[in-house]
Amino acid sequence: MSVSEQQVHKEKTENIDNNDHEVLVQANHIKKYFPISGGIFKHTVGHVKAVDDVSLKISKGETLGIVGESGSGKSTLGRVILRLLEPTEGEILFENNDISYLGNRKLRDYRKNMQIVFQDPFASLNSKMSVGELIEEPLLVQSSASKSERKEKSVELLEKVGLRASDRMKYPHEFSGGQRQRISIARALALHPKFIICDEPVSALDVSIQAQVLNLMADLQDEFNLTYLFIAHDLSVVKHISDRVAVMYLGRIAETAPKNSLYKNPLHPYTQALLSSIPSTDTRNHRGKIKLSGDLPSPANPPSGCAFRTRCSYAHDRCSMERPELKHYGNGHYVACHLYDDTTT
Amino acid sequence: MAQKPLLEVEGLKTYFYLDDNMIAKAVDGVDFGISPGETVAIVGESGSGKSITSLSIMQLIQKPGKIIEGTISLENNNLLQKSGKQMTQIRGNDISMIFQEPMTALNPVYTIGNQIIETLKKHKKLSKKEARQRTIELLEVVGFPRAEKIIDEYPHQLSGGMRQRAMIAMAISCDPKLLIADEPSTALDVTIQAQILDLLAEMKERLGMAILLITHDLGVVAEYADRVLVMYGGQIVEETSVEQLFENTKHPYTTGLLESLPNIDKEMDRLGAIKGTVPPAHNFPRGCRFSTRCPHVMDRCYESDPVLHEIEPNHKVRCFLYE
Repeated sequence: MSVSEQQVHKEKTENIDNNDHEVLVQANHIKKYFPISGGIFKHTVGHVKAVDDVSLKISKGETLGIVGESGSGKSTLGRVILRLLEPTEGEILFENNDISYLGNRKLRDYRKNMQIVFQDPFASLNSKMSVGELIEEPLLVQSSASKSERKEKSVELLEKVGLRASDRMKYPHEFSGGQRQRISIARALALHPKFIICDEPVSALDVSIQAQVLNLMADLQDEFNLTYLFIAHDLSVVKHISDRVAVMYLGRIAETAPKNSLYKNPLHPYTQALLSSIPSTDTRNHRGKIKLSGDLPSPANPPSGCAFRTRCSYAHDRCSMERPELKHYGNGHYVACHLYDDTTT
Repeated sequence: MAQKPLLEVEGLKTYFYLDDNMIAKAVDGVDFGISPGETVAIVGESGSGKSITSLSIMQLIQKPGKIIEGTISLENNNLLQKSGKQMTQIRGNDISMIFQEPMTALNPVYTIGNQIIETLKKHKKLSKKEARQRTIELLEVVGFPRAEKIIDEYPHQLSGGMRQRAMIAMAISCDPKLLIADEPSTALDVTIQAQILDLLAEMKERLGMAILLITHDLGVVAEYADRVLVMYGGQIVEETSVEQLFENTKHPYTTGLLESLPNIDKEMDRLGAIKGTVPPAHNFPRGCRFSTRCPHVMDRCYESDPVLHEIEPNHKVRCFLYE
């Protein structure tokens, strides 16, 4: 190993050690409750607890995957972190600055750094705008770039995401789902963001196209040193792209760990069931399935104590009385379950 | 397949006549058979013609689409020669179907019970009281814990998984010989998906019916099917047993599909994406339809059409690489 290589190597290992100091996004005790109105005067009769006390940290250059079934609050959490939705409680830090209560004008400066790619590229692109206009719009709003600079930039971005410069003049309906998702990604990249939330970006796409878009996202992450929060329900996709994974259930994080630790050694009974229900393409070795009975309870009326206890085969008395906290099991593996009370700190 | 097939599809072509004199060849020469009690899966991406194949079997193709050629025989009766009235008798009785989105397939203004009772009265000529009793039994069979209450509930009161259970109860109410399941678990969460697919497998065992499973999910195929048809561009490109498909993959498209899948048990740096996109059904390339995306493409692939032929027992492939 030459001297310079050694130096690079050293820097890399230091980077890993220093992860804690390089936190880009941090969410502390986020709660998002949606009021339910009822009665003749439409007063509030209850709350849907979409996100119920969630804390997380995302380091620079890292991909944090969030998995959960529908109704688990994963998309709401993403939107609260971007402040597309106002948090009911809790704080959001971006590069150690509290952005949870910034006004619109100040928030706009931060928005340059944070972008989102949505699931449905048919609904998220304005059908009356050309691809060029769509990609240049963020530049028009956020930067002082001239018309020709904007055009140059949009051509560059289109080529980056694997489309052609001539596609600038076309409209979204002329593209397939995968190509539209590429346009959404180009638009998200326009302002050189540091952080991108990907909300089910490939779940509407066919598998062969899904693989293309996932490869593209990985390439762009390397090139621009992006940090992703990747929200999806597909556990294999999340495993492929993430460094760390958080499993959400009914508005809470049940378990979070570096991906290999989570997938090889799932601790929470919910994660275990979730992983065992994925149909496997290995025709000889079918995994034994842990069957969950019943459906997700309503987030308007979650079970007392542990939210998962109504479907959990290990549930005991304590689970209905006391809500389990997310505790450290070792090596960055956190779990919220009373089964591990003696082994976690 | 020593048994006499239950359903035999031969040379099926379903075309859509679009504006500007364009013809979309959604299904273009499809042959296959299903034996009694067998689960056959059709896999393919959107636009491959897998759903149109299943709708053609049910004869639910609407204008501007038309079945222009082929035969579809159920126990040696050609369904394409039946009148509309006769087909109504067959649909629901001999062949029934469940769809991806149970909310759009169920009528929102009738209770779950009403919809199943109606089917039973029409096809099985049961009295109202008998039909209600039978409906409660069916709902219990598909795993509803409070069948007497569910029977009087409306579709919107049920969750997605529960609605799909109700759809299955309706589909099996007349003991069909063949159940067509078009992406039955795609709209559902993964833990619920496992419940529904296991229920289908259990119903198959109990009632001895055959299942035609339409899906894009190769994991679902591996766990639930006996035999697989891979469709691309309106044609079958590979047909074999489930074990052969995953262990002895032949067609470059099937290989590409398998490599595109992120595998939960393996660590991969990059996924093996298939380049390009599926060509539209009104504008297929000349020669092999996969030629524009195939990594092994040869000159002859652009000129002549490969045919589906048997390369080893029970393994058919449509590709020049195996001639």
